[in-house]
Amino acid sequence: MSSPIVSLKNTGLTLRSGAGAVEILKGISLDVNEGEALALVGPSGSGKSSLLMLMGGLERATTGQVSALGQDLGTLGEDALARLRRGNMGVVFQSFHLIPTLTALENVAVPLELAGARNALDRAAEQLEAVGLAERARHYPSQMSGGEQQRTALARATAPRPRLILADEPTGNLDSATGAAIIDLLFDLSAQHGATLVLVTHDPALAERCDRTVTLQDGRVA
Amino acid sequence: MNLRVAARLAGRELRGGLAGFRILLACIVLGVAAIAAVGTIRTSIEAGLSEKGAELLGGDAEIGLTYRFASEEERAWMDSRAEAVSEIVDFRSLAVAGDDRALTQVKAVDATYPLLGAVGLDPAMPLEAALNGQGGIPGAVMAPALIARLALETGDTIRLGTQDFVLMAALVDEPDGAAAGFALGPRTLVRTGDLQASSLLREGTLFSTRYRLDLPQDASLAALETEAKSSLGTSGIEWRDARAGAPGISEFVDRLGAFLILVGLSGLAVGGVGISSAVRSYLARKTATIATLRTLGADRGTVLATYFLQIGVIGGLGLLLGVLLGAGVPVALGPVIEARLPVPASFAFYARPMIEAVIYGTLAVLIFTLAPLSRIENIRAASLFRDGGAGARRLPRWTMLALITGLVAVLLAVAAAFSGNLRLTLWSAGGIIGALALLWLAAWAVQGLARVMRPMARGRPALGWALAAIGGPGSTAVPAMLSLGLGLTVLAAVGQIDGTLRGAITGNLPDRAPSFFFVDLQADQMDGFRKMTDGDPAVTRVDSAPMLRGVITAINGQDAVEVAGDHWVVQGDRGITYAAKADGTVTSGEWWPEDYDGPPQISFAAEEALEMGLKIGDEITVNVLGRDIIATITSLRDVDFSTAGIGFIMVMNPAALEAAPHSVIATVYAEDGAEARILREVSTAYPNVTGIAVRDAIDRVAQLLKGLAAATSWGASATLLTGFLVLIGAAAADQNARIFEAAVLKTLGASRARILTSLAMRAVLLGAAAGVVAIGAGALGGWAVSHYVLEIEYNILWTSALVIICGGILVTLLTALAFAMRPLAARPAQVLRARE
Repeated sequence: MSSPIVSLKNTGLTLRSGAGAVEILKGISLDVNEGEALALVGPSGSGKSSLLMLMGGLERATTGQVSALGQDLGTLGEDALARLRRGNMGVVFQSFHLIPTLTALENVAVPLELAGARNALDRAAEQLEAVGLAERARHYPSQMSGGEQQRTALARATAPRPRLILADEPTGNLDSATGAAIIDLLFDLSAQHGATLVLVTHDPALAERCDRTVTLQDGRVA
Repeated sequence: MNLRVAARLAGRELRGGLAGFRILLACIVLGVAAIAAVGTIRTSIEAGLSEKGAELLGGDAEIGLTYRFASEEERAWMDSRAEAVSEIVDFRSLAVAGDDRALTQVKAVDATYPLLGAVGLDPAMPLEAALNGQGGIPGAVMAPALIARLALETGDTIRLGTQDFVLMAALVDEPDGAAAGFALGPRTLVRTGDLQASSLLREGTLFSTRYRLDLPQDASLAALETEAKSSLGTSGIEWRDARAGAPGISEFVDRLGAFLILVGLSGLAVGGVGISSAVRSYLARKTATIATLRTLGADRGTVLATYFLQIGVIGGLGLLLGVLLGAGVPVALGPVIEARLPVPASFAFYARPMIEAVIYGTLAVLIFTLAPLSRIENIRAASLFRDGGAGARRLPRWTMLALITGLVAVLLAVAAAFSGNLRLTLWSAGGIIGALALLWLAAWAVQGLARVMRPMARGRPALGWALAAIGGPGSTAVPAMLSLGLGLTVLAAVGQIDGTLRGAITGNLPDRAPSFFFVDLQADQMDGFRKMTDGDPAVTRVDSAPMLRGVITAINGQDAVEVAGDHWVVQGDRGITYAAKADGTVTSGEWWPEDYDGPPQISFAAEEALEMGLKIGDEITVNVLGRDIIATITSLRDVDFSTAGIGFIMVMNPAALEAAPHSVIATVYAEDGAEARILREVSTAYPNVTGIAVRDAIDRVAQLLKGLAAATSWGASATLLTGFLVLIGAAAADQNARIFEAAVLKTLGASRARILTSLAMRAVLLGAAAGVVAIGAGALGGWAVSHYVLEIEYNILWTSALVIICGGILVTLLTALAFAMRPLAARPAQVLRARE
C-alpha cells in the first residue's frame, strides 16, 4: 500500500462569525493515499468543502493536524502554503474561479508561470487543446459558457502535472451532459498524470467511479 | 410615470444610509467647496477693498499729477472743495548707507499725512516725531525689508540724494500702502520739506504727486469727479476716489478670482468623472432590484424617477455640505488668511459666491449623472435571468444626449457670465474638454498597449497580471487616467507656463538686457556721465535718451479712452522722448527732417498703433507737464520691449519737447562683476541720479509671477485632490475584484509579495501613463499660451515634467498600496466559498 499523500489527525475547524462560533469539522482523522481517487460525500453543510480546503491549505485547522505532500500544514505560513500548492496541487471549484482579466490561455498559464516554467504559454496552449478549447484560448471568461469556463479551470488545475487534485463539486453549476463530459475529463487527466484525486460531490454515481468514498455527517466522518 | 410611487421607492432605498454614496458625495462636496471657497475669498477681498476704499486711498478722493506739483490754480480748486488736502510726492531713489545702496520708493509727505488711518512704526511713536529726526538731522522711516537689506539700526544715518536722514523707526503699517501698486523698491517715508536740499526733486526729474482730499460728508464723489475732469482735465490729472480706492488691486483680484474659479471647474469636471462612475457602479449593484421592479410592472419613467430622486437627494446634500464647507472654511480662517494678504478683506458668508457654487454644482451633477442614469432604461426584466449588463453600454437616447449637450451649453454660458470673460471661459472649457478627450483616448491606447505587451511579460507573472488587469475586462484604466490625469494636466500646464515665463524674463534677458537704468540724469550731467561710463573698460555699451512723461488725452480730438478703450497705452502716463534722426526702425511713413521746427510730429510704436486703431495722419493730444501738445502721427516704428532696453511708444520731433524741463534716461551694459562698483561710482558722483539694477527689477517681477503661479497651483491642487478622491473611489469599487483575484492567485501558489508587486506595478504603469499624458497635454497648453498669448519662445521644462510624472506614480501607488491590504490578507477559502 502506498504512503498517504494527505493525512488528517483528529482535525477540527471552527469558524467565527457575527452569530458566534460554528463548529464545522469535528475530530476528523483520515488518510488519502497517493494515486487513489477519493470521493467526499454527504449532505449540504456536512463539511465536505471545508475538509477539502483544509487539505489544500486554503483553510487552517483549529485543532488537530493536517499533513499534505509530506508537510505539516499547521507549521507553514501563508506564503509557504502557496509555494507548496505551486505545481503540486490543482484545485477545481464549483464556480470555476477564473481570473476575469486574463484570457483562457493566460488563466491556464498562471500556475505554470508561478512554478517558473519556461514554456508556460506553450504548455498552457497544449493543456487547453487537451480539454478541447484551443480555439477559445484568447477569450476572456465572460465570453465563455459555464462548461467552457470549467474546462478552462480543469486545464489550469492539471497543467502543472500536480500530484494532488482537489475538486469541489466541479459539475455543480453545469447541466448534466456538460457535467458528465467534465467528469470524464477530470478522471482522464488525473489518470494520465497519475495524480491523486479528492472529489467533493453529491452525486452517488460519481462517487462510485472513485476508488474510495468517505461520507461526512455533521462535521464528522460517518 | 408615477412620481409618488417613485418618491416612496426612493425613500425606502435611501433608508439603507449613505454607504454606497460616499465617493459620489465627496466628489460633489469637494468640487462645490473649491468653487465656493475661491468665490468667498474673492468677494471678501472685494468687500474689504470697498469698505476701506477711503483708507486705502488715503483720502476721500485723490488727484494725481505726473512729475510736477499742482499749479496755484489747481491747488486753489482743491482747497475750495476739500476740508483738508494732503500732498504726497512719490519717486524712486537710491538709499545710501555707508558704501551700501539700495533702490527705494520714496514717499515724501506733508504735515497732514495721513488724512485717514494711522502709520504704524516700530518702535511705536507718532509719525511727526519720527520725521522730526534728531540732532538737527531730519528723520526717515523705512520698510523693514529695506532696513534689513542695508543692515541698518534705528539711529543710523542714511542719505537720499545729497540729504542725510536719521532712521527713526521701521514702517510696519502704511495705511495707503496697498493702493500704491507695484514698486521696484521698498518704501522710505520722509517729509517733503526735508528734500529741498536733496537735489532729488529738480525740474524734469521723474516723480509723481498725489493730492488726497478730505471732503465734506455730503460731497458727491461722482459730481466732483465730473467737475474736476472738466475744470482740470486738460492738464492731465488722474482722478481716483473712495468708490474704488485700489482699482488696480480690485481688478487684479477680480481677474485672478475668475481664473481660479475656471480652474475650480476643472476640479468639478474631475469630480464629475467620479460622480459618473459612482452612479454607474451604484446602478450596477441595483440591476436586480431594477429588473425586479420592471417585472412587477414599473414603467421606465417610474424607475428612472426613483433613481433620479435618490441621486438628487444625495446631490442636494453634497451641494449643501460643499457650500457650507467652501464658504465656512475661509470665514473660519478669516483672521489667518487676512494676516497673509497684502490687502484688507472682510470675511463673511456672501450669497453670491454660494449661489454661484450651487449653480455650477447643480449643472455638473446633472451633466454627469444623466448619462449613467439613462442606462436604467436599458435594464429589462429579463436581466434577472440573463447578464444584466448586456445593454448597459448603449448610448443614451438622443433626447437625453440633447439634454446633456444643452446643460453643457448652459454651464458655459453661466461660467462666461460669472467670469465676465467669454474668451477665457471658452479657452478653459476647450482645454478641459480637450484634456478629458485626450485622456480618454490615452486610456484606451494604454489598455490596447497593455494587451499587446502582455505576451512579452513571459516569465514575469506579476508584470503579466498587471498588464492583464490594465488591458483586460473591468480595467480601471479609464477612471484612473481621467481622474488623475486632469489634475496633473492643469498642474503641468501651470508649471510649464510659469517656468517658461520666468525663464524668459530671468534666464534669457541678461544676455541682451542692460545692467542698469539710470534715471533723472540732468542734461548738464550728461558729458560727465558719458566720460565716466565710456572710459570704464567694464562698460560695453551706453544708450541714452531724453525722458519726459505724458498722458494721451485725446485722439483726433476725441477722448483717448473712448477711442482706444482700455488699451494699456492710454491708462496713465507714458514715457516720451524726442529725436532728430530716425534709428532705422521706421516701418511706414516719413521721419521729420533733422532741423524740422514746424507743428509737432510724432512717431508711434507700430504694434501698439495697430492695436489702438491708429494710423498715419491721426492727431494725438499728449499732456506733458500740464501742457497739451497736439502732434500728428507721421511715422510708425518697430519697438522691441523684450530686450528691456530703452523703448518709447512715442517719439516727437525735438522742437516739440526740448524746451520743456526734462531729464535723461540712460542704459548701461556692463560686465557682471563690475555692476556694484559702477552703481557706487555713478551714484556718488551724481547723488540725484537713481540707478535701477535690471536684475533686481526682474527678480521683483519674477517674485510676483511666482505668487500668481502659486495661487493657480493651489486651484489645480484642488482638482488633483478631487482626482485623488475619484481614484480612491475607483479603487474602492475595484476592491472586491482584487480580493477575489488575490484569493485565486494564492490558491494557485502565488505569494503575497508577488501579488503586492503586481498591484504596485499596475499602479505605477497607470500613474506613469497619466503623468506622461498630463505632460503632453500640459506642454501643449504651455506652448499655446506661450506662443499665442505671451508671445515668447516655449521650451519644455523637464524638471517640472518629471515631477508631474513622479507625482502621478506616487498618487496611484499610494492608493494601490492602501487598497492592497485587504487582498493580501484575503483568506482564499472564505473568499472563494462566498462566491460559490
